Amino acid sequence: MEGVKELLMILIGSSLVSNVVLSQFLGLCPFLGVSKKIKTAAGMGGAVIFVITLASGVAGIIYRFLLVTLGLEYLQTIVFILVIAALVQFVEMFLKKYMHSLYEALGVYLPLITTNCAVLGVALTNVQKKYGIWKGITNGFATAVGFLIAIVILAGIREKTEYNDVPEAFQGMPIVLISAGLMSIAFFGFSGLHW
Amino acid sequence: MNIAGIILAAIMIGILGCFIGFFLGFAGIKFQVEVDEKESAINEALPGNNCGGCGFAGCSGLAAAIAKGDAPVNACPVGGEAVAKKIGEIIGVSVDQGKRMTAFIHCMGDCNKATTAYEYTGTKDCRMAKYVPGGGPKACDMGCIGFGTCVQECPFDAIRIVNGIAVVDKEACKACGKCIEVCPNHLISMIPYDAKYEVACKSKQKGQVTMKMCSIGCIACTLCERNCPCQAIKVDDNCASIDQDLCNGCGICAEKCPKKVIVKV
Repeated sequence: MEGVKELLMILIGSSLVSNVVLSQFLGLCPFLGVSKKIKTAAGMGGAVIFVITLASGVAGIIYRFLLVTLGLEYLQTIVFILVIAALVQFVEMFLKKYMHSLYEALGVYLPLITTNCAVLGVALTNVQKKYGIWKGITNGFATAVGFLIAIVILAGIREKTEYNDVPEAFQGMPIVLISAGLMSIAFFGFSGLHW
Repeated sequence: MNIAGIILAAIMIGILGCFIGFFLGFAGIKFQVEVDEKESAINEALPGNNCGGCGFAGCSGLAAAIAKGDAPVNACPVGGEAVAKKIGEIIGVSVDQGKRMTAFIHCMGDCNKATTAYEYTGTKDCRMAKYVPGGGPKACDMGCIGFGTCVQECPFDAIRIVNGIAVVDKEACKACGKCIEVCPNHLISMIPYDAKYEVACKSKQKGQVTMKMCSIGCIACTLCERNCPCQAIKVDDNCASIDQDLCNGCGICAEKCPKKVIVKV
């Protein structure tokens, strides 16, 4: 029961309270770049969930059984990057062969996620907060869900503001950044959730 | 300087790297997907701007369809005959000449000719303006609203707003059809590049009403229909239209038209 409660707290905490994009400011590149339409944003979010959950699991396993046993914890950054890049390559190949429709749907986003700092960020956070493997996977999943929530909301806002009369100086990126900033402030409301 | 530690770290990363390398190499072979050579060759021959004018998902989508035989070799409107010939060579099929087409906007009711019903300060988008009572600020609700939704849609910059209505540049138009989909009044249609004359109006209102709304609208007087030697122009539902397959380009209809709404293309 205690374990489930902790997992639940991680789920809410990582997705809403310390939202990867709006509170930790990680993964801003795809957040700003792929949020023009809700459909593409949702696709990106889905791909991110898939990759981050897998990556945090694999990174957790490698950390526990390879780095800790050899006493080489300080190599975590390099090793995690190596593992994540390899994992995404492998996933792309696997999807291309066995789930072609999903590959076509996610296709171009998969390589984009490899260099997404949010993935590495999650892996490192798991180590920093001393989560085990299961809590690490939950943390990864929740973080990615938080990313999905943030990017879909921003896409919705962008789709609406497309028809608005934006002052010339603010057209394009400026108004998007301001919207994202306002979203971030709004999400700070979640920090009141205590446990 | 813990040499042993450094060497251990180097060996560990080295082994991990090698392991990952072998793993990916092995996976690459095991998960090999067959690439059709013809498909990649066709993809190279296509223009590559992914406009979707062929009706497929981008150039790679069309390449796949042509390789499978789902699409004809001259399906690309942008590449035209040159590309169709090249693709024909790749597949080994002879190409039949397709006619070059261009888009035409059936409205000439610009700021000087059309009457305005009210001042509009809303969103400058044709599709949004269509929802407003009256279908936009112009008195005629079947005419070109002139806010440039088609201009934005055109991937080849072939449409301009001139004096309040949209005008297509015949030379720049690649007949991809995106403007046709997006015009809320369905004023744009595809006509042969060689077409000589067209009716620049699609108003279905009775002649008297049209005259009040726009000085260059079709009033369905049928002078054109009665004088056409090839029976190519017909007045239907209070508006004239030309069947380009029958038209011989003589221009008699344009001479006879009292409103001068039949224009040279």
